Amino acid sequence: MSVNQQAHTGPPYGQPQPGYQGYQQPAYGGQSLPGVPRSQYGAYNGPMPEYQQPVPPQGYFPSLGFPSKGSPVSLNSDSSSLAPNFIGSLRAPPTSGAPPPASGASHPSGHLAYSQFEHGDVQNGIPASAAPMQRPPASQPFLPGSGSTPVSQPSAFQQYGPPPASVQQLSNHMAGMTIGTATASAPPPAGLGYGPPTSVPPVSGSFSPPGSGLYTPYSATQGPPPTSVPQGLPVAQPPFPGQTVSTQRLPTQVPGFAPPPPSTGVGPSSYPPTTGAPRPPAMPGPPLPGQTLAGPPSSQPNHVTSPPPPAALAGLHPGPPMSGLHGPPPPTHPPQPGYQMQQNGSFGQVRGPQPNYGGAYPGTPNYGSPPGPPPPPKRLDPDSIPSPIQVIEDDRSNRGSEPFVTGARGQVPPLVTTNFLVKDQGNASPRYIRCTSYNIPCTSDMAKQSQVPLAAVIKPLATLPPEETLPYLVDHGESGPVRCNRCKAYMCPFMQFIEGGRRFQCCFCSCVTEVPPHYFQHLDHTGKRVDFYDRPELSLGSYEFLATVDYCKNNKFPSPPAFIFMIDVSYNAVKSGLVRLICEELKSLLDYLPREGNMEESAIRVGFVTYNKVLHFYNVKSSLAQPQMMVVSDVADMFVPLLDGFLVNVNESRTVITSLLDQIPEMFADTRETETVFAPVIQAGLEALKAAECAGKLFIFHTSLPIAEAPGKLKNRDDRKLINTDKEKTLFQPQTSFYNNLAKDCVAQGCCVDLFLFPNQYLDVATLGVVPYQTGGSIYKYAYFQLETDQDRFLNDLRRDVQKEVGFDAVMRVRTSTGIRATDFFGAFYMSNTTDVEMAGLDCDKTITVEFKHDDKLSEDSGALLQCALLYTSCAGQRRLRIHNLSLNCCTQLADLYRNCETDTLINYLAKYAYRGVLSSPVKTVRDALINQCAQILACYRKNCASPSSAGQLILPECMKLLPVYLNCVLKSDVLQPGPEVTTDDRAYIRQLVTSMDVAETNVFFYPRLLPLTKADVDSDSLPAAIRNSEERLSKGDIYLLENGLNIFVWVGVSVQQGLIQNLFGVSSFGQISNTLSALPVLENPFSKKVRSIVDMLQGQRSRYMKLIIVKQEDKLEMLFKHFLVEDKSLSGGASYVDFLCHMHKEIRQLLS
Amino acid sequence: MATYLEFIQQNEERDGVRFSWNVWPSSRLEATRMVVPLACLLTPLKERLDLPPVQYEPVLCSRPTCKAVLNPLCQVDYRAKLWACNFCFQRNPFPPAYAGISEVNQPAELMPQFSTIEYIVQRGPQTPLIFLYVVDTCLEEEDLQALKESLQMSLSLLPASALVGLITFGRMVQVHELSCEGISKSYVFRGTKDLTAKQIQDMLGLSRPAVSMQQGRPLQTPEQPPISSRFLQPVHKIDMNLTDLLGELQRDPWPVTQGKRPLRSTGVALSIAVGLLEGTFPNTGARIMLFTGGPPTQGPGMVVGDELKTPIRSWHDIEKDNARFMKKATKHYETLANRTAANGHCIDIYACALDQTGLLEMKCCANLTGGHMVMGDSFNTSLFRQTFQRVFNKGYNGEFRMAFGANLDVKTSRELKIAGAIGPCISLNAKGPCVSENELGIGGTSQWKICSLDPSTTLAIYFEVVNQHNAPIPQGSRGAVQFVTQYQHSSTEKRIRVTTIARNWADAQTQLQHIEAAFDQEAAAVLMARLGVYRAESEEGPDVLRWLDRQLIRLCQKFGQYNKDDPNSFRLSESFSLYPQFMFHLRRSPFLQVFNNSPDESSYYRHHFARQDLTQSLIMIQPILYAYSFHGPPEPVLLDSSSILPDRILLMDTFFQIVIYLGETIAQWQKAGYQDMPEYENFKHLLQAPLDDGQEILQTRFPMPRYIHTEHGGSQARFLLSKVNPSQTHNNLYAWGQESGAPILTDDVSLQVFMDHLKKLAVSSAS
Repeated sequence: MSVNQQAHTGPPYGQPQPGYQGYQQPAYGGQSLPGVPRSQYGAYNGPMPEYQQPVPPQGYFPSLGFPSKGSPVSLNSDSSSLAPNFIGSLRAPPTSGAPPPASGASHPSGHLAYSQFEHGDVQNGIPASAAPMQRPPASQPFLPGSGSTPVSQPSAFQQYGPPPASVQQLSNHMAGMTIGTATASAPPPAGLGYGPPTSVPPVSGSFSPPGSGLYTPYSATQGPPPTSVPQGLPVAQPPFPGQTVSTQRLPTQVPGFAPPPPSTGVGPSSYPPTTGAPRPPAMPGPPLPGQTLAGPPSSQPNHVTSPPPPAALAGLHPGPPMSGLHGPPPPTHPPQPGYQMQQNGSFGQVRGPQPNYGGAYPGTPNYGSPPGPPPPPKRLDPDSIPSPIQVIEDDRSNRGSEPFVTGARGQVPPLVTTNFLVKDQGNASPRYIRCTSYNIPCTSDMAKQSQVPLAAVIKPLATLPPEETLPYLVDHGESGPVRCNRCKAYMCPFMQFIEGGRRFQCCFCSCVTEVPPHYFQHLDHTGKRVDFYDRPELSLGSYEFLATVDYCKNNKFPSPPAFIFMIDVSYNAVKSGLVRLICEELKSLLDYLPREGNMEESAIRVGFVTYNKVLHFYNVKSSLAQPQMMVVSDVADMFVPLLDGFLVNVNESRTVITSLLDQIPEMFADTRETETVFAPVIQAGLEALKAAECAGKLFIFHTSLPIAEAPGKLKNRDDRKLINTDKEKTLFQPQTSFYNNLAKDCVAQGCCVDLFLFPNQYLDVATLGVVPYQTGGSIYKYAYFQLETDQDRFLNDLRRDVQKEVGFDAVMRVRTSTGIRATDFFGAFYMSNTTDVEMAGLDCDKTITVEFKHDDKLSEDSGALLQCALLYTSCAGQRRLRIHNLSLNCCTQLADLYRNCETDTLINYLAKYAYRGVLSSPVKTVRDALINQCAQILACYRKNCASPSSAGQLILPECMKLLPVYLNCVLKSDVLQPGPEVTTDDRAYIRQLVTSMDVAETNVFFYPRLLPLTKADVDSDSLPAAIRNSEERLSKGDIYLLENGLNIFVWVGVSVQQGLIQNLFGVSSFGQISNTLSALPVLENPFSKKVRSIVDMLQGQRSRYMKLIIVKQEDKLEMLFKHFLVEDKSLSGGASYVDFLCHMHKEIRQLLS
Repeated sequence: MATYLEFIQQNEERDGVRFSWNVWPSSRLEATRMVVPLACLLTPLKERLDLPPVQYEPVLCSRPTCKAVLNPLCQVDYRAKLWACNFCFQRNPFPPAYAGISEVNQPAELMPQFSTIEYIVQRGPQTPLIFLYVVDTCLEEEDLQALKESLQMSLSLLPASALVGLITFGRMVQVHELSCEGISKSYVFRGTKDLTAKQIQDMLGLSRPAVSMQQGRPLQTPEQPPISSRFLQPVHKIDMNLTDLLGELQRDPWPVTQGKRPLRSTGVALSIAVGLLEGTFPNTGARIMLFTGGPPTQGPGMVVGDELKTPIRSWHDIEKDNARFMKKATKHYETLANRTAANGHCIDIYACALDQTGLLEMKCCANLTGGHMVMGDSFNTSLFRQTFQRVFNKGYNGEFRMAFGANLDVKTSRELKIAGAIGPCISLNAKGPCVSENELGIGGTSQWKICSLDPSTTLAIYFEVVNQHNAPIPQGSRGAVQFVTQYQHSSTEKRIRVTTIARNWADAQTQLQHIEAAFDQEAAAVLMARLGVYRAESEEGPDVLRWLDRQLIRLCQKFGQYNKDDPNSFRLSESFSLYPQFMFHLRRSPFLQVFNNSPDESSYYRHHFARQDLTQSLIMIQPILYAYSFHGPPEPVLLDSSSILPDRILLMDTFFQIVIYLGETIAQWQKAGYQDMPEYENFKHLLQAPLDDGQEILQTRFPMPRYIHTEHGGSQARFLLSKVNPSQTHNNLYAWGQESGAPILTDDVSLQVFMDHLKKLAVSSAS
């Protein structure tokens, strides 16, 4: 598959070139340098240099190739044994030490290299990546070298640039290139090495410099990975190189390569040249520099000794021959094919790029050159490691076309990134429930051994696409839903009817219960009830029951809920125009209150409060000519001053409400009150709902830290000095327990709080957020709110928040088969006991993650069942029970567990777990625990499921091959590793936000979607193919869009064609693009329309309106943008993907040994 | 004797003063033997058509402890331009402005006819009058509507410059902001939480600091009005607004479940009203007018819980110490009343409900501040409407019959000391040489504050003769008392009224008949009654009655003429002849008898008794009964059951009630419709006559009396029957065997029995 796709992408290559050029210079320069200086990873940098020495890559390269041979074989076996992927396991020929492999490798490498080269890029890339590992030894000298090189390089680069075609490929190339270059930073060698890549030797010479220039930065970034290495260096070094070489390069490359050719057939031929060309340059570049810097001597020898380079060169030159060459390699490595298969699973991505590369690249010459350079690469080739994009694309194409039918037990649903239809045939849709694993270990020992958390991510009120039907509402009459006598589970498809239908046996606890007479029905010959298909609760996974009065608070049917809008009217809010904005918006928004099904008007009543240091309630009774304001200054002892006339029906009181909303901005236009209260505001809302005896939601629009004398008064306790100390956790904890108690009261009344914050400075989100968080509400934050730029975002959020489907006064309980039980819960809710999740309000975006633990054994036969029952009050005041059922398999083999996992869900759980951890433990502890757990998961797999192989190989289960990259994203997130520009409030905000996210949201939040806009097909509805989040993948001639669910960045390269700029921004040059734009201008041209439609589509997919930020390459804002290129080393010290992978590998090995 | 009657009447008309004794016993010993203390009823602002105020400051005695005002009794040395204070004998020079005085050119205050004189003085800025309405919204729709109308109407009666404010309360208390346009604003307070004045002002945004921060220092004064102006606005500016606001007043929206009383936060509402004025307009004339339709049921000052099944406290409960909220509530209102009085404001209570409203607990608010207390059945009655309207009545000169913030200073000559005062006032704690150690009423001071008073407000002031028996007073010298009343006139002017009176001393041993002849039995009855009622507030009813009886017996012993142990020989002189009868009716009056009255009613009656002038007080003690018949012109008849005859129409005025009672025959005639027949027009006139007379009384009295029109056998006839002397009862009906009069079903003793006992006891040698 992957190959095919890649082939497709091939064509686009042509374009990339420009991008390439642009990319190299700017991107690299920018990033790399900064990267170097800072760093927790500083240690890494050290190693880097060393690395370079080994760089002599050239020589090495071959060696790499060599190991690769070996590795492939082993890989094959591994892969064959298990579906799991094989990342590029790093083999350890290393033990022998770098040198040996190099020498030894040289020979084979020739071939291998060659073959690789055919794949060209791939190999290069891989070697490059590997190279870094080895290079670490080289040392600081490297940097200077790199500095010098840049100058010369540019020219070479440009030449180089042209060859690559498609953007994507380019980016890939870039990655490869960068790596290579980085390592190559040393000019001289680079030049040499590079030469080849550029296509023609001479060219390469010139070329190398540019590459190195670009690279240098990169190397810096790469630096980090070495850190991990460095420790081990003395001893480890050998292994490292070995590993890198064997596993990554060979396996990946080889497999990747091999497959493409065979599969595509045509592809191969084209490949060699193309691929070879692009990558080689990059790769070679790096090595060269490295060599120069590190230890020319050492490296050189390798180089020299290694025959491959020459061979490669030779081979390269002959473009056509390449193909020929290509051919050979496969034969040489018979095992490879098989290998590939496995790899495909794991490495598919890697291949993808490679083939593309090849295709795109015309340059046999390149190819030739690459060989030279490729050897030097020591780093892991980013293209060779599991690519989220690839996995997503694969899943999309594999599973997106057919509906997902939920009938069978333990089916793993398609990824959240895949569009698919769900047919409910007895299990809840994955839109409602997703599990970390659909195969649960039968025993707790097994579960403990694997360390795979068993968790379900439940979104009880999830919105369904229009094609899917909403859960049916079942009315069982006065006696209420039929339930098991013992465990009180609700009637569901898994209940067994026995004795001719007179009784049923509970599928959860096995207790036998009489069927109530009115519910009796005969069974057919299969033991199914005759009315099986007539009753949703017998045939569907999700449905609703109408609750009886027994399910209501105080045994009274609830009144329709109320919405209370509470607007801060202190100086800041008024001055910024916020108050006026809100009031204007509410006038029309009130027509769109949620309503039940086909009701004509919403049953929800509304009320209004404004406040600063005191609260103002409004009487908007319909009989009044004018609204009446009631001021409550007794904030110490809040109460509601009126009952009748405060909560009203919108239509009845429309004129009064309109009049009120017109007057509020006027009344406070001259206010000078800057202090605000907060807790009393919530209390007021709570009291109002109490008085009206209904549930409801408060929409609070708040601007500042509540310092006015009142309960819940806060002080500014922001202290950045606490970061990275044991006291850091206090920043996430509320200042006072007052709000916890308040939240408890709110939940008891069904008072949900949605908080819109407009801070200009610290306002202690951690404390203010307690009530919204525990009541199931949402927090929205608009820092430095400015009317012009933020109004759309805020209004869209507000509209959505007001309109979205929501339930009130909800209690959720998850019942499970005997053997496991729900033990832990994550999300925005309150729990007064250990089993019931209580939420004052629950909307369609709120998600609860539930963790299960064994308390007994499960049986493979009966599997494990989950039943999530949510009791809530609908927006029309109807009391209902929503039931979701899910059946899972149970397994006695660990392999089954690993085969049925879902990484996205796992990450959702892990992130929430970690984010809760920061409340009680130092952040570092939390991070280490995360890494450790994942290492254990993977080590367990390696130990128990993967076929025996060299310890140097990193073998990942197919389902979890993205675990490292995603985990790294979690570790690098603002909460766990804040950059200097991240405020305490931001962290607290994100922490709470993530806790309620569903899988799709966490997925894109941690691994943002990066779309090359310039690649978009203006004539189709489709999105351009996403690319990986790395700066290497960006081309300065292109425009990209990056979204993570909170922000949308539009990144504009410096050399984007003027035409595109004109079309998109309506200005004539790059320099004129304003980066204060909050929306793209509406221009009548296909490109603009397409881009805007993409943006709109993305906005539509997210529960929050994302902030649009225009980022110009090399602009200040780019720092912010780069923060989201999560595969790169982050400014705040987060490891790059490659480095982290190495680190994980090391951890795993430690566990295994 | 006629001369004394005239003298008394003349004095009353000129000075508004009536003394129990018009010739004073010259020694302490003698004075105590007189039984009835030397005391006077003072009506400080008695309307004097013939008294134009003078436009200058009074001249004061320069002795710091004296400061008496120059008056006609002072010795003046016209040549030396000196005057001698007749109280402390200090010689004072006249101020420069008096340089031109001489025997023929005397300032008014030296002329004998100006024993009472009023000065208008210019002091400080004039602040407009303030009317703060505190309105209960826990009313029936009809009541609330009527109340709203009354309030709206009242706006037109207020002086245009007066400031008005509005506070409404029910479960919550709302202070309405009147300055804003568009949205009507109000500040809301929880009805269960008592707040300090500081808190209230903070919450209303009236605190000084906040204000001064916003303004420059020099602008302090200009900024002042705006602060409070949010809640208190000149009538002429906002009467439209306020009319609308009142029109939109809703009933308290909080649901009242079956079997519950509405939650009414009267205590907090008052507290906020007091706090509001305290912070904004201390020491200026202001009326807090509380309109309430039921008992306070929550928060500080609650009188009863909201459970209807627990009835509001009765006298029985109080005696049994079963009124669990009473003490706390009383304390709350007392605190408030004292604060209000200290600020010179007054609280009116208009309570209209069929059940009690907690007047017992709240009475001090009106009593201590001089406010009105009005009790009715509903706001939708003419009783309330007219009474309320009458608050804003204007006097003969077009001025409101109300004055504020009066400060009454009493000075006496050396032989006298001041024992105390009883009336709508509080002590200012002005100790001085003329203050007696023995207290009668509110004592221990020579100055009282009367926060609100009208021309009929009357205080009883008690004196003590301190001259020792062995230090005879020089022949011909007179004792003098000076009353200096400084007050804010309704026109907001500051005025000072000075009344100086003098009476002759007499040696009781040698000149007893003079003293006896100068006894003012009406004043004495009222003065004694006030003492009795004052005591009844704090003592058990029977104790008070016993005390009164003993006093009466002692008086009779002292001044009666009799032979020992011979009741039949007992005679009282004319100046004492009515006194026992007053006492008889006083004993039966609702002021001392709580039977058949609720605590609220008792408080209400006592409130009015303690402030009305002598005439009204006497009516309260002994109602007047007029008879209308074909036998002659209307005539006053004895308040006796024998006066109830079939062919008479009776008109009884008890001050609180006007009862028109048709005798049996008259009632039958009326039923037969004779009055509609032209030939019986005289009957029609007869029927009409009492009505007209009744109306006349109704028109002038404040508060408007309950008007009762009944007939023989009517249920309402009880009002009459309970008042008349039960000379004929079921016990003696047949004994008397006459047709005249109607038997009263009571075990009460009749006047006759009472008198017999009195005589017996008076002449008894045992006592």
